[in-house]
Amino acid sequence: MTDVVIAAPILAPRKRFQLIRRLLAHRSFRIGIVLVTVLAIAAILAPLTGIEPSAMRVRFRFRPPSPEFLMGSDNFGRDILTRVLYGARVSLWIGLVVALLSGIVGAVIGVFAAQFRAFDAPVMRLMDAMMSFPAILLALGITAALGPRMESVIIALSVAYVPAGVRIVRASALVVRELDYVQAARIAGASNARIMFHHILPNSFGPLLVHMTFVFAYSILAEAALSFLGVGVQPPTPSWGNIIAEGRDFATEAWWIMVFPGIGISLAALGLNLLGDGLRDVLDPRLKGA
Amino acid sequence: MIGRLLLFKLLQAVPVILIVSVLAFLLMSLLPGDPAVIIAGEGATAEAIETVRRGLGLDQPFHIQLGRWFARLAEGNFGASLMLNQSVLSAMGERLPVTLSLAGLSLAITLPIGIFAGSIAAYYRQSWIDSLVMTVALLGVSIPGFWIAIVAVILFSVTLGWLPSSGYVPMSQDAVQWFRALIMPAAMLSLFQIGFLARMTRSAMLDVLSQDFIRTARSKGLSEWKTVGKHAFRNALIMVITTMGILVSTAIGGSVVIEQVFALPGIGRLVVQGILARDYPLVQGVMLIYGFAFVIINLTVDVLYTFADPRVRYD
Repeated sequence: MTDVVIAAPILAPRKRFQLIRRLLAHRSFRIGIVLVTVLAIAAILAPLTGIEPSAMRVRFRFRPPSPEFLMGSDNFGRDILTRVLYGARVSLWIGLVVALLSGIVGAVIGVFAAQFRAFDAPVMRLMDAMMSFPAILLALGITAALGPRMESVIIALSVAYVPAGVRIVRASALVVRELDYVQAARIAGASNARIMFHHILPNSFGPLLVHMTFVFAYSILAEAALSFLGVGVQPPTPSWGNIIAEGRDFATEAWWIMVFPGIGISLAALGLNLLGDGLRDVLDPRLKGA
Repeated sequence: MIGRLLLFKLLQAVPVILIVSVLAFLLMSLLPGDPAVIIAGEGATAEAIETVRRGLGLDQPFHIQLGRWFARLAEGNFGASLMLNQSVLSAMGERLPVTLSLAGLSLAITLPIGIFAGSIAAYYRQSWIDSLVMTVALLGVSIPGFWIAIVAVILFSVTLGWLPSSGYVPMSQDAVQWFRALIMPAAMLSLFQIGFLARMTRSAMLDVLSQDFIRTARSKGLSEWKTVGKHAFRNALIMVITTMGILVSTAIGGSVVIEQVFALPGIGRLVVQGILARDYPLVQGVMLIYGFAFVIINLTVDVLYTFADPRVRYD
């Protein structure tokens, strides 16, 4: 009897290709994936500029954008293009890790809350309490306590975005667990763990993936804000936020220092939001054609 | 029915308030190393550190500290700022009008524009109007507010000289100057919110417009204005209410950064100054009060929602 396998109605190989084709047919998704891929490649290839991001060259202070310095140079003669590319590494990395970390932790807690009902109320009240603090303020408090470092920013933002993930996974898990095939699995004697991680979680994955994409975008914006306030990534390590903070003092004389990293943040967030929109339209049939 | 539901929501808020207080308490114990040393400041003598330790009750075991924390809160004592020599409540009280003006003005800009833009995009779905509105909304949620705020300062204050670049004038002193000082920060704060609300409203409105009762309304010959303006819009508004909590929360969160850009003496600036000066009791107190405030705001949104949508009452 233990051999009875109830296949989760997740995607068969053929359907998976269909999904990719439908995603690629979605205009927002296409633009989003191109933007994000280009930025990611640019970040990876940052060393190709051949300049150290914190190399100071006093002779080249405050050079406006030119063929030699595509994005100009700052008050220490550092090349802005190089700093923006290295900053992309830091900012994109933080966003990616926060999205994955908060998504995974949120998914596990959310599935547990849906599966073990005694666990549900206390966990959800804790999430309510965490959501009572504006996300940026919660992150600000945590980074302040942990000290201004990249790791603190990652932990703080992950904590701040976990509750929303829990809510999303829990809500869809509550629906999925009542479906016939889950009931059938239960009758067939599947363990709680198998039901949670083999049957419920994969089918709550769509909304979670959409959510994680948006968290990726929010984290990039939030990291920039934290670094701008001086509690995020610390100079001389460039992040988009702290380049803007440093360039702010020279905003009128040398606009290029703060303008280019801001464009970087905007493009990254824009790409991810477009990606999220595409995923949502395709994965959530209820809103299809919307 | 409604009474029971309200009672249930109210009872749910009690543990949330308790947990919020514990979280704010834990923030202090997160501090790496010895909080007393950090709070006493660099170069403090051993006696000074000991005094701080006693004063904050840090020499007591954890559960006693937590007990004292609750006892203090029950008395309405939210702690005192180290750098200001002032209680957290009075420090916040002085700065509250600034933050409230900023967030209030921002919401006053956001709500009509966001709802109108989202509705019109949904109604003219997949037309150029829809594309235009959604592109602008997308930019709103993607461009960092503090960055565009700095750009706006350079444009409107430094270059054109139309508006002040920083500072605050109380409304009671000069309403016109109050407005001139706040309109640019509030508008910059609104960009994200308008984008967010327009996107929400559009999807809520699309959801309603695709429902059977709208087709019924149209087929029984109801005018387009009545169908969309009354039937659809009202139902979409119910869904929009649920985003109010998020809107207020992001307005307050965003004000932390915007107040810094425009040097507005509000609560957000106070928190940032507190953090940079390692004034942890102040940060803790502000977090706590904001936490309480949002429990109440979310409760209010829940209640409003219950009144607006009779279906919720029967769940």
